[in-house]
Formats: sequence, C-alpha cells, structure tokens
Amino acid sequence: MKKRWRDSGLKGWLYLLPAILFLGVFMVYPLVDVFVYSFEEGYNSASQTHFGIGAYNYAYVLHDPYFLQAVRNTFLLVIITVPLSTVIALLISVGLNAIRPLRNLFQTIYFLPYVTNTLAVGLVFMILFKKTAYSDGLINLLLAWFGGGFVDFIDGPYWAKMFVLCLYTIWVVMPFKILILTSALASVNPQLYQAARVDGTPALRIFMRITLPMISPMIFYLVITGFIGAFKAYSDVVALFGTDLNAAEMNTIVGYVYDMLYGDSGGYPSYASAAAILLFAIVLTITCINLLVSNRNRNHLQGR
Amino acid sequence: MKVVLQNLTKKFPGRGKKNAGEVTAVSDLTFEIPDGELVGLLGPSGCGKSTALNLISGLLKPTAGRIFFGEDDITDLPPENRGVGLVFQNYALYPHLTVKQNILFPLQNLKGKDKLSRAVMLSKTNEAARLVQIDELMDRKPGELSGGQQQRVAIARALVKMPGVLLLDEPLSNLDARLRLQTREEIRRIQRETGITTVFVTHDQEEAMSISDRIVVMKEGVVQQIGKPQAVYDDPANLFVARFLGTPPINVFAGQCRGGRLYLGEDAVLGVSGIADQEVYVGVRPEGFVLCETGSLSCEFGSVEVMGRDISVVSRHGASLNPTVRSIISAENRVDAKDGTVRFSLKPQKVFLFRKETEERLYGEITE
Repeated sequence: MKKRWRDSGLKGWLYLLPAILFLGVFMVYPLVDVFVYSFEEGYNSASQTHFGIGAYNYAYVLHDPYFLQAVRNTFLLVIITVPLSTVIALLISVGLNAIRPLRNLFQTIYFLPYVTNTLAVGLVFMILFKKTAYSDGLINLLLAWFGGGFVDFIDGPYWAKMFVLCLYTIWVVMPFKILILTSALASVNPQLYQAARVDGTPALRIFMRITLPMISPMIFYLVITGFIGAFKAYSDVVALFGTDLNAAEMNTIVGYVYDMLYGDSGGYPSYASAAAILLFAIVLTITCINLLVSNRNRNHLQGR
Repeated sequence: MKVVLQNLTKKFPGRGKKNAGEVTAVSDLTFEIPDGELVGLLGPSGCGKSTALNLISGLLKPTAGRIFFGEDDITDLPPENRGVGLVFQNYALYPHLTVKQNILFPLQNLKGKDKLSRAVMLSKTNEAARLVQIDELMDRKPGELSGGQQQRVAIARALVKMPGVLLLDEPLSNLDARLRLQTREEIRRIQRETGITTVFVTHDQEEAMSISDRIVVMKEGVVQQIGKPQAVYDDPANLFVARFLGTPPINVFAGQCRGGRLYLGEDAVLGVSGIADQEVYVGVRPEGFVLCETGSLSCEFGSVEVMGRDISVVSRHGASLNPTVRSIISAENRVDAKDGTVRFSLKPQKVFLFRKETEERLYGEITE
C-alpha cells in the first residue's frame, strides 16, 4: 500500500495541490470561461443567457473600427517602444558601466522612476505636455522658444498623442531594463576584456563581439517581457488621455476589452471575450516567434 | 626579445577609511630576462608576482620605474602596442566563439599595413593550433573542452600573433596533478620551439623549478633572489627562500655558533669557521641527513614513511622550529630505533646558517 503511494506519484501531486488549486480557480477557469463566452452570441451576464453559438462575436470585433484602431495603436506602441527602450537602456547601461566615480549615484537616479508613484509621474507629464489655464506646458514653451508653433499633445493631432504615449512608455520601462542590463554587464568576466585589450581589440569590436553576445540572454529576456508588457498597455493611456479613449483615437486592445465590459458603451461580455482571446492569440504568436529566434541565437552562440 | 625591468614599483591607493594607506604591491623590482629564456616568477599568494606580470603586459601602469623590451622603453605604451601574449589563470577564452574563432580573434584586430588576408590568418591559426596540438578541436566551443585543452587554446591564442614576450599567469593551477605535470612539459616544449621570451607566474615552487631557466623569488613585493633553479636551491640568500623552495620543506632549527662549533640545542653537530659566535637559525635540507649510529644529532623517533625509492624519517628535536624533523634517506637503510631515538650526522653542504635578527644568510665555512 505504502509502496503504491510513492510509485503513483500521489505524494507529488499532493504537494502541488495548493498551487494547482489557486492557478486553476484564478487562472485556468477564467481563461476557459472567456474562451467559452467568446463563442456565445449575445451573452447576458445578468440573466446568464445567450442566443446561440458561433463565430459572430469575432466577426463583429474584427469589423469594429474602434477595435482596428486599438490594434493599430497597440502595434505601433509595441514596434516603437520595445526596440527603442531596449537600445537606449543598453546605451545608458554601457555608459554606467564605464564610469567609475559617481556610478552608484547615477544608478540610483536612473532607478528612481521605478519606485516613483504613478500619480507623481503623471503629474510630471502633465506639466510637460498639458495645456492648462496657466500655461501651454513646458514642451510647448520650449517649442515656442525655438520658434515652433503650438502643438496640443493631449487633445491634438494623432501623431502628437502617439509621441507622448511612446515617450511615456519608454520612460516608464527604462529603469527596470537598465537595472537588468547593468547587472548583466557587471557579470561578464573582466578577464575577457583584459584578454581583448592585450590583443589590441578596438572598443567597438569588443562591444559587438564580446559584450553583446555575453549579455544576449538578458536582452532576449527584456525584449520578450517588453513585448508582452507593451501589448497589455492600458493604464498609462488612461493616465494620459482620460477614459474616453475611443474618442481620443488612442485606445489599446486591453482598453477596448475594458470598454466593452464596463465602459459607457459597455455591457457586451461576448465581444469583450472575443477581443481578449484575439489579444491572447497575438501575444502567444509573438512570444513563440521571440522564443524561436532567441533559442536559435542562443544555440548559435553556444554552438549546440 | 630581452626584457628589462628597472626599479619597477606599483602602489595601489588604500580603500575606504579603514585601509587608507597605500598598498605597495611591487617594490623596486629590477631584473633582466635574456632573449629566449623562460623565467618563473615565484612567491606565495599576495607577493606581487601577478602585479609584476600585469605591469609587463601593460594592463597596469607602474607608479615608478621603467620597462624595456629589447632597447625600447615601452613603459608608457598601452598593452595592445607592446606585442605581448597573455595567458590567464582561468584561460579567459571567449565562450561564445569556437576554438578557431578564438585563435583567429587577435589576428582579426590587425589593421592598416599589418592587415592579413583571410588565407594567411587561417594558415597562422592552423599553425598555432598544431603547435599546441589542438588541431582536431577547431570547431568546438570552449565549454566542450577539458581544462587542459582550454589551456592549450589559450596558449595558441596568445601565440598566434607571434608576440615578442609571452606572459603566463598561474597557467597550471586549475589543472589536476597529472595534467599539470604534462602541461608544464608541454609549455616548456612550446617555449623551446618558438624561442619566445616567456614569463611564468606561479606559487608552486616545484613547477617553477622544473621548467624555468631562471627563477625570481618574491616576497611582499620585494625580490628575494634571482638565479638558476638549482643554484637558488643550493645557495638560498635568506631563510624565506630556503623555506619556500623544496619539497619536503627545509628543516629549521634554533642553533648557536660557539667556539667554532655549531650547536642544535645541546648537540654539537658541525664545525664552523668565519662566523662570529652568535645565535643563528639553521636550515637543513631533508636530504642532508645521514643515518649514523654515532651521529651527533639525536632525535626522538616518530615514524617512517615509505616513498618507494626513498624513505622519510619523521622525528622530533627540541631545537626544531618545525613540529617535526623530516629527513629523506635511501630506502636501503634500516631504521633502528629500539630506544626511541634516531641519530643522524649532517652533510655540511646541505646546511645553511641565517642571522637570527634579519634571517639573512650567514656565509662561512661549515665542516664535519
């Protein structure tokens, strides 16, 4: 009896049970539920009824101009901010790694945004960009100084709003990336650099042929998490442009899902579910591609 | 290429409030390495030998003093312009590159008129690989090689540019005992074949003695003695050098020169002349003992260790500074210790006297 217990691995399952229970209730069940909702046409959460089963929800969402706008915004945000923030973070980290005096001070300064309250950050961006009764915003003052015209960054043209959103996103994700990259850089064996120096390797070649390959696993990690994070963007957009995102042409996919559920035009859980599943599919695809690329690269780097 | 170090000094600034003072890692280092010789820099850890090597490579700048390669003063040249090859203790191979790419790496850095064609680079790489006998491993990554193979790759990478000077920093300390023996012979062979002036840093005296043309013994940043390994062993300049060289280590006694006799405790063991009466330290090499019924040194018998060709007699003596007195004698001898004592006579040429205060060597004539 005792022996069979161990052989069947029941004990192992017992240890796993609490985690499985929680994951099941709060992760798997809702996921499956959302998947089911997305095929139930006209589901009403109050009466728990629906008209029929089919792909109509998807057809509706895919033809909804607001959804297409949200997809466009999200993709733009991802494509602009992920590479840009990673490259800038890399440059700053390399710079931080190269200086000796005041390194700790600068590291602290660059990390501060990570622990700063979102409201405070929002306030700073408001001072920078928002037109109020008292000023046109700091950036507009600067533009005027250089002879440029007034641009309304919050309620103005699409590209101006997209610029603010991208800037904000890059700025917010920067500290974490710098933290990860500086520690990755610091963990490279310094003797590799000494060996390269003795052999007269130019600085750029050291960076391209030694530094980059050595920290590439961390770069891949940042790109993958960066993609996922940017696809899930919502709260930042609300902080900048308010809750009526469709009107502002600045909605994101997550914002669209939220609006469909709770927004002024909301109350459509079926459409929200379909949109959520579509987002899930997009993120899954992109992450798989990322992993494939990074695996091939890693194998290439390690020669397997 | 001849290498000359002149009054080379390196001081590191103190760190923090507790150790505010400067640390002198290398102090007034002066010696000359003739062209094509292999020199072993030898000393306990922290004696400044690696610092000295890094000064020669250019990775560190000296606080004072000059370095010459041949007739050229290269003190102010950066490492890449010195033409040195450097092998690190843990090899420092680029883990993401193959063996071939690792060896090619220094060649690809050459620019301008030194730039080589791809074919020349490859042939040089193959030549270096053949020299260290790794030509079958060219497409492997360092992670797939054993320690000894990685070491060879590191040497090949250091040699491929045909540097004027080859620097090896504790190159064998990460290898197991058998491989160490094999690799040190290998290093000797490669050095002979290429004729490159080589500086070799180690804390292992056996290693340094076995392959060096010349050894430099260092202690706390100061050179203690320079010379051919056998000469340094046979004629140590002070107690530190005498103790550092030789396995098993030298036996040290507190002794006395009195009226032309040398006393270890109460045993008058040898005659001395040319040394004033005084308290001395007496160093006796393990092979300086001769088992002898009428010997003048009487020790309390401990044990016998059989080593095949030789036996080692472990005993105790009141005047010995080491806990035990260890002697090595031919295995043909029978140790007779019925009453718990063994008696030795000493070979005068294996006995060294040192001044008690300075631990410097006292030169005089020692006789039976």
